[in-house]
Amino acid sequence: MSAHAADAELRLALVGVPNCGKTALFNRLTGSHQKVANYAGVTVERKEGRFTGASGRRYRLLDLPGAYSLTPTSLDEAITRDAVLGRLAGEPPPEVIVCVVDATNLRLNLRLVLELKALGLPLVVALNMSDIARARGYHVDRQALARELDLPVVETVAVAAGGAHALVEALDCREVPPPRGALPYRDPTPVEVVDTQREARRILGVTGYREPARQRALTLLDTVVLHPAAGLAVLAAVLFAVFQAVFSWAAIPMDLIDAGISRAGEWLLAVLPAGPLRSLLVDGVISGAGSVLVFLPQILILFLFILALEESGYLPRAAYLLDRLMGGVGLSGRAFIPLLSSFACAVPGIMATRTIPNVRDRMATILIAPLMTCSARLPVYALLIGAFIPARDIGPINLQGLVLFCLYFAGVISALAVAAVLKRTALKASYHPLLLELPEYHWPSPRNLAIGLWERARVFLRRVGTIILALMVVLWFLSSYPAPPPGADMPPIYYSFAGMIGRALEVLLAPVGFNWQISIALVPGLAAREVAVGALGTVYSLSATDDSAAAALAPIIAGSWSLATAFALLAWYVFAPQCLATIAVVKRETGGWRYPLAMTAYLFALAYVAAFVTYRVALALGA
Amino acid sequence: MTHAVPPRTASPEVALAELKVGDRAVVLRLRDSHESLGDEVHSTLAQRLLELGFIPGEPVEVVGSIWPGADPIAVRLGRSLFALRRREAAAVLVTREGASS
Repeated sequence: MSAHAADAELRLALVGVPNCGKTALFNRLTGSHQKVANYAGVTVERKEGRFTGASGRRYRLLDLPGAYSLTPTSLDEAITRDAVLGRLAGEPPPEVIVCVVDATNLRLNLRLVLELKALGLPLVVALNMSDIARARGYHVDRQALARELDLPVVETVAVAAGGAHALVEALDCREVPPPRGALPYRDPTPVEVVDTQREARRILGVTGYREPARQRALTLLDTVVLHPAAGLAVLAAVLFAVFQAVFSWAAIPMDLIDAGISRAGEWLLAVLPAGPLRSLLVDGVISGAGSVLVFLPQILILFLFILALEESGYLPRAAYLLDRLMGGVGLSGRAFIPLLSSFACAVPGIMATRTIPNVRDRMATILIAPLMTCSARLPVYALLIGAFIPARDIGPINLQGLVLFCLYFAGVISALAVAAVLKRTALKASYHPLLLELPEYHWPSPRNLAIGLWERARVFLRRVGTIILALMVVLWFLSSYPAPPPGADMPPIYYSFAGMIGRALEVLLAPVGFNWQISIALVPGLAAREVAVGALGTVYSLSATDDSAAAALAPIIAGSWSLATAFALLAWYVFAPQCLATIAVVKRETGGWRYPLAMTAYLFALAYVAAFVTYRVALALGA
Repeated sequence: MTHAVPPRTASPEVALAELKVGDRAVVLRLRDSHESLGDEVHSTLAQRLLELGFIPGEPVEVVGSIWPGADPIAVRLGRSLFALRRREAAAVLVTREGASS
């Protein structure tokens, strides 16, 4: 390689139809050198990474959203088109396009290559999943394809070490193309689309491309998975197994984290002299942030299942099964994937609604996404279930798991009800078509799962480390000052700022069964749901007369709350929009305050009504 | 009445939405659905159907449908599998191929 090639940083863009393994290839090339942000002015996720070739040349790689063509049907596809054409503000046009094609489905993939080629852009074709193609008996002649396309074609295996080697080699020996401006473009006519399809099929014919018959096992699997009755049973079983696993697998790591936090608290108690600093560290930092950290295993297990289901190709099939059901409330089956992501966290879920083409469908999905039980509710649910529901088995079913499942179910049912109301009133929309690809099944790649989980863990730990920790310290201050008057007979926190706010709120919340401790915990819990657990920890460890900061929270609340109060708080948490991040992302995604304010108002109203009804009914039943 | 059974190849064009699970067919053309779907929806739908490979001469097979009323349906086209609702499937005109298996 000449010296000038090593100097310049080459800007690449990855383009490909959905499910071609593009993101896996992006992970393969860039590893952990990734930066996730948004495109300027729009809300499409922008993923960029860097890597260095064997020649020493540096690359900057943009992972564009999956697109079937340059004629967009969604915001994601419009971004891909504009980025390719160099029409995005603040985004220099890519110097080389890497078009990723699935070697096991060239019939679907090749047309996009021809469409990009017609633009006259420097283009490299990456024949991805070429290992699967070979193993399953596809006949793909790389050299003949390169000749017919008149483009460099390389084989890649995104999921194997060294699988992008040939691609990097091909990029290394390319000259840096001269700078260019935005390209002129017009959407092709239907006749032109058919022409490129025919050309793609001609090329596949003359290069001897042959597909083997589909594996019988996969076809058999689809007859069960896509069956209207058996498929729904499979879906219910999968979701139920996930929620059971979240509770049972996480038990051991959670105990370990819990023990570690207690140990740290005891150690600090032993080495530090009594005073405000020790109180801050033990009661604020350790017991506050620690009681949230303990739920990391559950959150990771839930994300692991969602990532694995996504990669395996099962999620779009679930969307197909549920389209009718969701159509009944006016939503598209496509809303299923954003809503499922919202079970982990509403923020990525709301961002995933960008793949819903119809604006009103998208707004309805955004408004109900917070009703999906996100992982931030898990700490609260886990605490209350652990404290009030006996860990008994009814046959093969764990009673605590069953209650958790019911809470998730309540969220889903109310989301469907809200959507039905919205789609019949404020967000009535004209018909929008469903054309959903159900991709081939794939074993999830451990490396992709690991990178995905790492991203999630980082986000969660960053929240614990920053927002939550800061809130815990503020709460500790509010709960410690001012000091109680001499001769006070209530716990010190009762006289603090937090106690004052809590007692004021209690007037409003007493009718739904909340005591002043809960009311206090809800104050910081307005910023982020899981903070309420830490806040309860602080409230109770501070209000306890002895100095047992590390005492477990569950037995304390089990001893001091009625069952009706616990159920009312669970009902409150099914609805209450206690997450600043969600409200912020809704504002960003909808471009104004209208939707976030409407969402916050209706969710608080539902939360209050649900908690009130639950409390009164539970009292009437003697709880 | 010399031919008791009419030749299967002469079967007329039907909408993809009319096929049963297990039916195989060949795409003939896209129906003009301006009236049933509206101009804008029709043209984006038609464009996307063509991009996905629903072009004349392409073999398709209905591999699944959701009760009641077979909506949506799952259609295999080459190595791809697509879910589409009856209204989308009504825009694709096909001719049945051989006896349904």
